[in-house]
Amino acid sequence: MTWNPGDDMLEVTRAPAPGAARSTYRAFGETLRGMKTTFGRMLEKPVTLEYPEEKTPVYPRFRGRHKLHKFEDTGLEKCVGCSLCAAACPADCIRVVAAENTPEHRVSAGERYAAVYEINLSRCIFCGYCEVACPFDAITMGHDYEMSDYTRSDLIFTKEMLLAEPLERTPLRREGE
Amino acid sequence: MSIAVVGYYEPWWIQIVKAIVIFAVGLQLVPIVLLAERKILGRMQARYGPNRVGPFGALQPLADIVKLLTKEQFRPSTSTGFLFALAPVISIVTAVAAFAIIPFGNVQNIFGTPVGLYGVDVSIGPLYVFAFGAVAFYGIMLGGWSSGSKYSFLGAMRGAAQLISYEVSQGLALVGVIFTAGTLSLTGIVEAQRGMWYVVPQFFGFLVFLVAGFAETNRAPFDLTEADAELVGGYNTEYGGGRFASYYFAEYLNVLVVSGIVTTVFLGGWLLPFGIHPPGWVDPFVVLFKMGLMTFLFIWVRATLPRLRYDQLMSFGWKILLPLATLNALVTAILVVVTH
Repeated sequence: MTWNPGDDMLEVTRAPAPGAARSTYRAFGETLRGMKTTFGRMLEKPVTLEYPEEKTPVYPRFRGRHKLHKFEDTGLEKCVGCSLCAAACPADCIRVVAAENTPEHRVSAGERYAAVYEINLSRCIFCGYCEVACPFDAITMGHDYEMSDYTRSDLIFTKEMLLAEPLERTPLRREGE
Repeated sequence: MSIAVVGYYEPWWIQIVKAIVIFAVGLQLVPIVLLAERKILGRMQARYGPNRVGPFGALQPLADIVKLLTKEQFRPSTSTGFLFALAPVISIVTAVAAFAIIPFGNVQNIFGTPVGLYGVDVSIGPLYVFAFGAVAFYGIMLGGWSSGSKYSFLGAMRGAAQLISYEVSQGLALVGVIFTAGTLSLTGIVEAQRGMWYVVPQFFGFLVFLVAGFAETNRAPFDLTEADAELVGGYNTEYGGGRFASYYFAEYLNVLVVSGIVTTVFLGGWLLPFGIHPPGWVDPFVVLFKMGLMTFLFIWVRATLPRLRYDQLMSFGWKILLPLATLNALVTAILVVVTH
């Protein structure tokens, strides 16, 4: 007695058995279809961005090279030398040496300021924790991503370099791009 | 009776001038094809291809050649020295020799001297092509074997098997044309196509010859001898510098030669459709234009089709191409006998 599967049985759909003539005909047709596709691609515009001339636009949240900020009205630095960024940094690439502000020599808005502020970009992993840790929004991640250099020491960015405007602005991605 | 009769002799100095001119033209065509391939391939893959060297990347082949020729002539210690150096030479010599019989026009008066616009018009045209095509595989086989490398050896063996499988079909595909034209001379075949090009009555012969031609030049989808995904570079894995440049040059010249043969045998050579009879100096340009179209087809196919597996190559060659070519020759023979 054979096993009765009941009403649950499904018919298995199989591809047609390939005969020599039929499969040759099919292969020929598929080849022509492929040729049509490649020819169509040739008439379209290439998707290439010609990099050194055209830069890839970045998203507003892109985490590029860091920037230090000043108050726009007073021109004082926002950084108060608290070293929280250095503490938060998982790659240990930030070095801050703080100094006291004096009435004659006032650098930042707080009690103290960063006398030395260095980021070693060859170690930085661009995680953005420094930005999160900063209580005064003094350090943010910028948009620059062209940071190659010839020596490692050139990749240690000092406070002046981080405060300065970037030499070339990185294009931002437009809405819907 | 001699085996090969040359249709028409010029004085010796015209022959030398002709040889130089044809070689120079062939040599100029190779970089153009090289650049065209990279540009067209790029566009088919939605990118630009070379566009940095010179205007629109036009100097890219020059840069490639300079780079290759200034490299060290490296030779692996396991290689067989003499053959290793000889193999690329065989490849390039056979390619150039096969280029000699492509007719760019019939005998014409140039400053009162009758000159045939071809290297040599032998009465065994297609046999000459097959002979040099067969010798060309020695370039690949010796190169692969004498490199003393497994990858090269595998590529060379694949090349040998491919030659055996596809040259038979290629020869049989031409048999139909030869039956119809009644001559083996390539200029004779072109003249016999006045009225109708052989691509129409010999359509299956054309297809078989074309496919076998792709295999003959070791180009995609039959580039199993190179197969860079599996065999590094196949027969030319161990080659670099000038010797690699020779192989490269020979490959592209072979593409031109096969394009030229297809143009001559199936696409009516220098003849134009609709009974247009231009002055004689237009003929070479007509041939070059048709060759360009064929070369474009080569590039187009390369951009489209994936490489065949080895067993697919064999079964395709023996089970489909060979019966088709035989049937084509047979039917043509019967039709020729019946209609005459």
